[in-house]
Amino acid sequence: MAEIKFEDALKKLEKIVEDLEKGDLTLDEALKKYQEGIELSRACSQRLESAKKKIDLLVKNKKNEFELKPLEAGEE
Amino acid sequence: MTQDLFTEPKDLKPPRRIFTVSQITQDIKLILEASFGEVWIEGEVSNFQAHHSGHFYFTLKDDSNVLPAAMFARANREVKFKIENGLKVICAGKVSAYTARGQYQIIVEKLEPKGVGSLQLALEQLKRKLEKEGLFAPEHKRPIPYLPARIGVVTSLSGAAIKDILKVLDRRFSDINIIINPVQVQGEKAKDEIAQAIKDFNLLNDGLALEDKIEVMIVGRGGGSTEDLWAFNEEIVARAIYNSGIPVISAVGHERDWTIADLVADLRAPTPSVAAELVIPKKEELRQRVEELSQDIKRSFLDTSLNLKEAAGELTRRLVLSMQNVFRLEVSDFEVQRKKLALLNPAVLIQQYKIQMLDLARQIYVRIGHFIKLKEAQFNKGVEKLSNLSPLNILSRGYSSTFGMADGEIIKERNAVKSGDMVKTKLHKGELLSRVIDENFI
Repeated sequence: MAEIKFEDALKKLEKIVEDLEKGDLTLDEALKKYQEGIELSRACSQRLESAKKKIDLLVKNKKNEFELKPLEAGEE
Repeated sequence: MTQDLFTEPKDLKPPRRIFTVSQITQDIKLILEASFGEVWIEGEVSNFQAHHSGHFYFTLKDDSNVLPAAMFARANREVKFKIENGLKVICAGKVSAYTARGQYQIIVEKLEPKGVGSLQLALEQLKRKLEKEGLFAPEHKRPIPYLPARIGVVTSLSGAAIKDILKVLDRRFSDINIIINPVQVQGEKAKDEIAQAIKDFNLLNDGLALEDKIEVMIVGRGGGSTEDLWAFNEEIVARAIYNSGIPVISAVGHERDWTIADLVADLRAPTPSVAAELVIPKKEELRQRVEELSQDIKRSFLDTSLNLKEAAGELTRRLVLSMQNVFRLEVSDFEVQRKKLALLNPAVLIQQYKIQMLDLARQIYVRIGHFIKLKEAQFNKGVEKLSNLSPLNILSRGYSSTFGMADGEIIKERNAVKSGDMVKTKLHKGELLSRVIDENFI
């Protein structure tokens, strides 16, 4: 759960709402979706609060391969 | 001394000088070049020809006169726009002669469109060309993803654009990875660096897993003069944006300036800050969205539960109803079966069999009676016959039988006895005991 991307979690949440709103689920399925949805929304909220930005520079190394180098604070 | 004005004195008469064609044309050329120097000429381009050597040949004309013009490759490389027939231009160059043709001409060093700036004209021309090719077509525009996890930025590390973008990131939902591909955004190298950076992001993306891909790219720089922004009007940049697999948001300069990059980009932002705001949502909005969705989940789950409960109630009701129906049907069926069963009751059969049996018994009784009577009659007849044959009966008719006393055998011949033997004679009534007197009596 920790690794899921915010946007994916949000998409999943939307899908769960959609599924639940269709209303053709069994009670077990609905309960499962409900639990999953609540967990996802909690994860999303946490993600919003503990968001960490990550800024990289795209550079080419000597072998002409791409490398992502974290941007140093001074370079900003 | 008077002088004859009509006869030239012989000693004053200059010697006759005969030029070769080359000499005179060379002289003319020298005189032309020396006397005019560099000139500015205004005229309309006609008969334009781009020679394969790279040199341009055309004619400058006005209402009544023409002037042949040549612009060599070295000079025309600097012309940003496309020279076309009918274009009003101002040329700077040297008047000279093309001696091989005996033709004077202007060697053009600089050429500018009249009325509009050179860059402006080039821009208009490129715009027309790219538009014709469909680079600005709305149907080519790709949608900008909502909430991209990775954003590529093509801009200068030292410029205002990147600072503005990072500021927006800090202010908004910052759980985003920004990858900067630093480039020069003005100067000679800018257009190639920008185009290459766009290509590089696409190359990088090809090697990334789906969840790691750069989802959108911001290409731009802060505000500046038209010349400062020029790289974003270059064809190579326009084509790189057009060919990018990653959607591109252009963010060049200020509100007013639309560059060609803006026209090709999938989305145009007036400034880098706006570009960042277009792809980085506000935390508050997201929080609200999550809250809404979580409310939706609760509500729709409740709805689902209530619906299910209602459905269960309905089903129960229907179950009871249908069970009643089934029961009713079963009862009537039971009645039918019971009647059938009653018809099959063995007591009835037993009664029937009993009657049959009694009937048969009666028949047996009657027949046996007959049989006995028959046999009785037969027996009586036999008895009668038998009694007729009885020796006793014969005796009654006067016959008798004699037995030997010794052996009890019936005496049937005289040799069976000797004189003096005792014999017993059985009569119809009683017996006699006798002695044989003569066994040879007759």
